[in-house]
Amino acid sequence: MALDKTGIAKRIAQELRDGWYVNLGIGIPTLVANYIPEGIDVEFQSENGILGMGPFPFEGEEDPDLINAGKQTITVRNGASFFDSATSFAMIRGQHVQLTVLGAMEVSQNGDIANWKIPGKMVKGMGGAMDLVASAENIIVAMMHSNKAGESKILKACTLPLTGVGCVKKVVTELAVLEIKDGKFHLIERAPGVSVEEIIAKTEGDLVVPDVVPEMQL
Amino acid sequence: MNKVVKDVEQALEGIQDGMTLMVGGFGLCGIPENSIAHLVKMGVKNLTCISNNAGVDDFGLGLLLQAKQVKKMISSYVGENDEFERQMLSGELEVELIPQGSLAERCRAGGAGIPAFFTPAGFGTEVAEGKEVRVFNGKPHILESALTADYAIVKAWKGDTEGNLVFKATARNFNPMMAMAGKITIAEVEELVPAGSLDPNFIHTPGIFVQRIFQGKSFEKRIEQRTVRSKN
Repeated sequence: MALDKTGIAKRIAQELRDGWYVNLGIGIPTLVANYIPEGIDVEFQSENGILGMGPFPFEGEEDPDLINAGKQTITVRNGASFFDSATSFAMIRGQHVQLTVLGAMEVSQNGDIANWKIPGKMVKGMGGAMDLVASAENIIVAMMHSNKAGESKILKACTLPLTGVGCVKKVVTELAVLEIKDGKFHLIERAPGVSVEEIIAKTEGDLVVPDVVPEMQL
Repeated sequence: MNKVVKDVEQALEGIQDGMTLMVGGFGLCGIPENSIAHLVKMGVKNLTCISNNAGVDDFGLGLLLQAKQVKKMISSYVGENDEFERQMLSGELEVELIPQGSLAERCRAGGAGIPAFFTPAGFGTEVAEGKEVRVFNGKPHILESALTADYAIVKAWKGDTEGNLVFKATARNFNPMMAMAGKITIAEVEELVPAGSLDPNFIHTPGIFVQRIFQGKSFEKRIEQRTVRSKN
């Protein structure tokens, strides 16, 4: 069965490594913080100016001055710090943050990503996404395999305005874990009970499929 | 040097039609609420506003948009504001969307006497159109220019009579860089204290960047996304 959003977050959480600073985007990526594997110490950076983000506050303890980049009320962990936006992006551009997880509307087989604009229809802006994808060494995209119209979002080439070029290394969807290398998608894992045929059918970009595709262990 | 002005009216004196304003804040967090409300009252028009976001429909910079006082917005993310999206898609409002880190650095550069800088953010996207590209360490970068403003309006937690500012938590965000980049910088603070009551070790924005400071009358501090967990 295809994963739900929580499942995608759980699978991405397996990519976390001890000692990493991690920036989580809005939506599914935010959920990754709930599934940090045991024995692993990571710190979450939010680009609006906090390192050491904690869980959501208890009801009645919300502080309007303490939010994440998704404008949600949050708390801090011991050892947290606050800083201005220029310092925040110095951390990001300066590659002091080890992993970026973000959502996307489209990803292409050479690692391009589009996630900020649908010409004539929707313009939300890129926020910090362009800075993040241009600089991060390790970028994982969390998204659904197809859009609401059922069209694949895993493409030979993006059709929407780009956020970054040649930057995405890994994609986790409700169906599969894909790696991008040598200008192709490589099928690494499939969601429990999802067939390789279904993944092939729903992937528009070139997909390299090994003889054995293991199921995700969640 | 005493920077204190009596109230918001005195603080915003001199702001005229067609000027460029920087307005601090991230979403509705750390925005100069009292000043924005007074800009609506003043009715100044054709403003260019540089601010990370555009508020929501009925709060923050959304209030200026509703009143059609803004000619151009320079922001990084405007997703929370339907009126903004409507004005932009219909062409009523001129919009320049730029990567958030570039926006922060352009303000910082403007205040720091750096006319332009190279950044990898936006290379290969429409943000790079018309901008010089140079390769450093094998990686392409685009040239971004500094931003300054006729007036920068920032919001701090505490400020002293000399204009020294301290921000609280993530309400700091764009405020320190914008304070640097305003020809005249106005600081609206929750708590105005006498010089000497803030520890110089913990000043975030030194008073040299602030020309006028006043105590805001009331702060609603609206929360955009109230997210909580239950105690059980």
